[in-house]
Amino acid sequence: MKDTPQFPQSGDNGKGGAASALVPLESLLERPRRKVDLEALRLKLAEGRGPKFWRTLEEAAETEDLKEYIEQEFPGLSGQIPQGVDRRSLLKVMAASLAMAGAAACTKQPKELIVPYVRQPENVIPGIPLFYATAMPVAGYARGLLVESHLNRPTKVEGNPDHPASLGATTIFEQASVLNLYDPDRSESVLHEGRMDLWGAFTGALSTEAQELGMRKGEGLAILTGVVTSPTLISQMNALRAQWPQAKWYVHEPSVNPAITSAARKIAGRNAFIAYDLSKADVIVGLESDFLNTGPAALVYARQFAKRRAVDNGQTPCRMYAIEATPSVSGSLADHHIPVKSSAVPAIAYQLAKVCGVTAPDPGAAAPEWLDAIAQDLKNAKGRCVVLPGEFQPESVHLAAYAINAALGNVGQTVNIYEGVEPESTLSIEELAGDLNNGRVETLIIISQNPVYSAPASLNFEQAIRKARMVVRLGQFYDETSRWSHWHVPEAHYLETWSDSRAFDGTVTIQQPLVEPLYNGKSAHEILSILLGKPDQNSHEIVKAYWQSQVKNDFDRVWKTSLHDGWIVGSAVGTLNGRAAPLPPLAAQALSGTEIVFRPDPTIGDGSWANNGWLQECPKPQSKMTWDNVVAVSPKNASKLGVDKGDMLRVTVNGRHVVGPTWVLPGHAEDSFTVYFGYGRTASGRVGTKIGYNAYAIQDSAAPFFAGGSIEKTGEHYRIANIQETQTMAGREPVRAADLAEFREHPDFPTREEKPLDRSLTLYPDQWHYKDYKWGMAIDLNVCTGCSACIVACQAENNIAVVGKDQVARGRHMHWIRVDRYYSGDLDTPAMYNQPVPCMQCENAPCELVCPVAATVHSNEGLNEMVYNRCVGTRYCSNNCPYKVRRFNFYLYSDWNTQSLYGARNPDVTVRSRGVMEKCSYCIQRIQEQKIKTDKENRRIADGEILTACQQVCPTQAITFGDLNDKNSKVAKLQALQRNYKLLDSDLDTRPRTTYLGYVRNPNEALRGQRGNTRES
Amino acid sequence: MATLENLDSKQLIDPGPDRILGSGHDYETVTDRIAGIVYLPLKKAPKKWLVGAFISFVFVNLLMLAMWVLFSKGVGTWGVNIPIGWGFAIVNFVWWIGIGHAGTLISAILFLLKQDWRTSINRFSEAMTLFAVACAGMFPVLHLGRPWLAYWLFPYPNSMWLWPQPRSPLEWDVFAVSTYGTISLVFWYCGLIPDFASMRDNAPHLWQRKIYGILGLGWRGSAIHWHRYQKAYLLLAGLATPLVLSVHTVVSFDFAISIIPGWHTTIFPPYFVAGAIYSGFAMVLTLIIPLRAWYNMRDLITLRHIDAAAKLMLGTGLIVAYGYSMEAFFSWYGGDKYESFMYWNRMTGPYGFSYVLLILCNIALPQALWSRRVRHNIVLVWILSIIVNCGMWLERFVIVVTSLHRDFLPSSWGIYIPTKWDWATYTGTLGFFLFLIFLFVRLLPSISIFEVREVVHHEKHLEHAYEEKL
Repeated sequence: MKDTPQFPQSGDNGKGGAASALVPLESLLERPRRKVDLEALRLKLAEGRGPKFWRTLEEAAETEDLKEYIEQEFPGLSGQIPQGVDRRSLLKVMAASLAMAGAAACTKQPKELIVPYVRQPENVIPGIPLFYATAMPVAGYARGLLVESHLNRPTKVEGNPDHPASLGATTIFEQASVLNLYDPDRSESVLHEGRMDLWGAFTGALSTEAQELGMRKGEGLAILTGVVTSPTLISQMNALRAQWPQAKWYVHEPSVNPAITSAARKIAGRNAFIAYDLSKADVIVGLESDFLNTGPAALVYARQFAKRRAVDNGQTPCRMYAIEATPSVSGSLADHHIPVKSSAVPAIAYQLAKVCGVTAPDPGAAAPEWLDAIAQDLKNAKGRCVVLPGEFQPESVHLAAYAINAALGNVGQTVNIYEGVEPESTLSIEELAGDLNNGRVETLIIISQNPVYSAPASLNFEQAIRKARMVVRLGQFYDETSRWSHWHVPEAHYLETWSDSRAFDGTVTIQQPLVEPLYNGKSAHEILSILLGKPDQNSHEIVKAYWQSQVKNDFDRVWKTSLHDGWIVGSAVGTLNGRAAPLPPLAAQALSGTEIVFRPDPTIGDGSWANNGWLQECPKPQSKMTWDNVVAVSPKNASKLGVDKGDMLRVTVNGRHVVGPTWVLPGHAEDSFTVYFGYGRTASGRVGTKIGYNAYAIQDSAAPFFAGGSIEKTGEHYRIANIQETQTMAGREPVRAADLAEFREHPDFPTREEKPLDRSLTLYPDQWHYKDYKWGMAIDLNVCTGCSACIVACQAENNIAVVGKDQVARGRHMHWIRVDRYYSGDLDTPAMYNQPVPCMQCENAPCELVCPVAATVHSNEGLNEMVYNRCVGTRYCSNNCPYKVRRFNFYLYSDWNTQSLYGARNPDVTVRSRGVMEKCSYCIQRIQEQKIKTDKENRRIADGEILTACQQVCPTQAITFGDLNDKNSKVAKLQALQRNYKLLDSDLDTRPRTTYLGYVRNPNEALRGQRGNTRES
Repeated sequence: MATLENLDSKQLIDPGPDRILGSGHDYETVTDRIAGIVYLPLKKAPKKWLVGAFISFVFVNLLMLAMWVLFSKGVGTWGVNIPIGWGFAIVNFVWWIGIGHAGTLISAILFLLKQDWRTSINRFSEAMTLFAVACAGMFPVLHLGRPWLAYWLFPYPNSMWLWPQPRSPLEWDVFAVSTYGTISLVFWYCGLIPDFASMRDNAPHLWQRKIYGILGLGWRGSAIHWHRYQKAYLLLAGLATPLVLSVHTVVSFDFAISIIPGWHTTIFPPYFVAGAIYSGFAMVLTLIIPLRAWYNMRDLITLRHIDAAAKLMLGTGLIVAYGYSMEAFFSWYGGDKYESFMYWNRMTGPYGFSYVLLILCNIALPQALWSRRVRHNIVLVWILSIIVNCGMWLERFVIVVTSLHRDFLPSSWGIYIPTKWDWATYTGTLGFFLFLIFLFVRLLPSISIFEVREVVHHEKHLEHAYEEKL
């Protein structure tokens, strides 16, 4: 069978044996045809010997070609044809064979047994997707997933509700990972010194190398990985280290601060993970912590935090303080957002520790005036509060935070210490650079990481890597590091290979692949297996063998159950007892001059996602920027420097500099400037190469996440593409917020000042009646963090095109749901609001009225439906939409040419063409799917059976969708709340189906009027 | 036979603001003067005509290029985006439709009102109307995302059993504009029939006689012909009259029916109609002033015509000014925060310059026309007419773009920057329009021969009566 370059087939499976013998119909037609002997046929038909019904002359004449074709397809069948007048059964089998040929032409199920989440594999029905549980390692830690598969083609990722680190939600990265799988720029073959080579040649070369290494007990072998929690990989590494004691294991994870684990080790005395239970926390103090969006447990924290923000049944929501330099996703929800320099946080942590009764070395500076109020608040909530150390703060802050938590009696309540799941005794990238430079590394094996790009500039890794005699790189892209490697091996995507990984609490997920590697990618297990002397083992055998050694009884059942559920029962680790370690003297005072803060990019991360169009076009939560990294500047500094957004700034740290465009970020700490990693790639792919600046180029490994530096204006201007130009509410109130006290007094605060509309003043009263379903959505602004997962989930679910920077800058991005971000109050400490805006599905839809060809119409379930086929593209509907949720295909935005991207598309959603309007449909394909299913079962769709893509992914469950006709549905109850309001309805009588729940903040009265009380009404 | 060259140069002098025809004309000279322009061999055509026709033809080619790029790449080649879904295309559409209005007004309403000064400019302005409607009609198709499906806007029986959506003003536009175009064409052609016959009778070449003979539909000029002709023309004028009001009223509904602040206004229909006539007369003046100079027709298109057109311009301009002030007043008085913001933003926002220019072009400067001296200064009137044309274009730009670019939710505000293809399409239609005008003056009698002859007859009759009285 002919392989397409995009979907090369590898190996055969049980059925594949037959499949590979398939002869496509085309090849039959291509062959020189034997002429049909018409006279003989006429005679035959006249004799009544031939089939009574025939489709082609060939069939009637029973030519050899057809027989041969059928014989090849279905051995033994062709013999029946002469007797078989039964044309129907012939057609049936032929149709089946063609369908299977079609299926085989795409992707294949892995040949090993994988267990679907819901149904058994024999139930594969084209058009009905299967879900498989697996996990994606995010900086090493597992996020449990359910992956939707259409005929063995993974199309959409959802969180696994049963997985402790996902709870059904995901971040933007898991959503976008599907696009990486089908990325046409992925590396497709083994390369030896830049030339194509064979996997066999590589295994040979590495085996030879292994023999030499074996003689030296592994001396000179260096293996660099990211953070690893995979039990199989750790056991392989440990076996390797036991076999060759001289071999060394280095870990480099550019977006993870090693101080977190080192502090935990000091507290627990061994590898540990400090986790927080925010569901019990009344007061949360973040010392530059973006806990809702960063780290292995972020989704859990987000869910717990959201639960604790509930206000509707008389609950008192928790109170949150964010003390941080760069406004973060979490910071946007804080009741008090206090901008301080990143370098000032350690001193503040010590001051807070002192006030809370911890013996701490002299912080050196006087405590700011707001600290007492926060400390008092904490002390009032002993055992019910938590201090969260910043993910990028030094060890001292982590130790101080634990000490404060211990002093306040939070340990065991809101703070838990889990046994660590990361390996012991690994070395850092700094040590690797040192060893390389000292000539102690002969053979360097780099798993996934891209240190030539992402190592701090001070290590000069691009020079160091050349010192090794043999560099082997396993990577998905032929990138910066691969260019300096002797061998490049394509890495299998996590959806392509077997592996395992652990959540922060130790829960193990066996990562089962959904698809055979598209490009013969290999896993880390397979590379290590070569070194372990078993070059022919594949990932499945390795992973399974490891778990066979772990599970004593009834392995098959445990294996199947674990694959089915997406986690291994009882694999969670126990908790440890910690001991507040003595606080070290502060290493340095807050930087007095300009401070440069380094952060992973909010959507591109450490740079490994640079070639992902969805993430490039996903607006960054705070700036709403796309396709570039910026230098975030406080408004005061912007006016001091005389720069506005887009003006280029030269950022200098230790004599190294980069140039990036300004973004004026309200709420950013003064004299602090944030630069973002992830951009400035030189070898990423067609999407991510040569955009933005490379912040690693000024990073110093001694002060990796904040450092002193200088900023100057270059005088140049740069065109930036941001999605939201206007950042204030301009005197309107799209977001309605109140203090808790005000809310208690007026629970209807969002609608209290609205003039009631006289709905009878219409020529068309009650146009629509909904007998069956009446869909609606409620969005709780109280818990929306603005993380943008909904945007990417919607993009993945609805085949939304990526348009590129130029088109975004022209105002033509295509997102069906956007997250508006507004500021209010003063520029330096503004209140920040996030407001997701999908289509409102208005009852009185202004768009429907003005379409001249009836391409947008009201459905009998209240949806405002867009008929792409009918749309001629007047754009009048968009003009008349007061919410501006409609998106137009100004060009042919969907990529109809890149075949590998076909695989990523949801087959249930039309891929739009040029010149048509599109918009949010409330995921109508999901509604239809449930309707078909429940129709067959002769029942109504139950509440919660349909989840829209945005709702399903939301970490804080801010979005609720359901049937408004069902008074007991969650959405109907939410819309019945007094806090519920409809956007622009009192002005325009549009009667939106999507409503909002007003934002209630819980400020500390003691801080009213002081700096940091950002939520002035 | 008298030709353009041997006419007494004295006759070419503008007879001043009181007379619609120069002295010394009789039936023959009128025919010779008007038909002579058409009979003139191409070699002897005025240089200015050749240059003008060539330049406008270059722009016709630019239009073709812009359309090719548009159809092959998509409407994204223009500056439109979300939220500004309509840009130059709709601005130009409304502008061109407005320009067309003068023709119908002159031919129909002034005919019914028996304004004799319309005679020497009605043919020309009818042609202008037709060409302007042709330009206007292009834009609604060009601006579609899928222009090849434009026919879906027409109610035709189809296998999909789908009809257009009758509540959409764009659907009303289809009927308004197509009706307008049809009636204008019929009216124009009807007026041409007696002249085609004259042209047939006087043409120097056989092929010309044949062509004009076919176009003349066998007109012999018999009394019964004239009788029926005048009845038909009167009826057509009666039919066309409501169109002057209806077309731009319907076009204004495109905006007024919507809910966008700055569009959703009940004052739009009357003020759009006034604006249309305003721009129509401005365009008539812009075109006939150079034309009468190039073709030495000062005795046929006299100061009387220019004066009357300028007065009409002033009058309709004042209605437009009233419209602007009411729009501004009600956006404040209405107390709606979106409306008041819209107007404030219109005046002071990123497009504030266009509003200032608009007021300057459409309201401030045309007030000079109150002065008789200004009205009788041909060059000044010509410049003012161009200014009003620009002003009326700006008006549509202000309405379309500034209303859309900042509407309800601040998060979705945007900016519109026209691209080179926007400009190419716009200037391309200008070229197309002018090229058609250039062709028209070469190929057809640009002034109604028989109506001017009627004037001659009328004046002779008056003279005769005067002499008799003496």
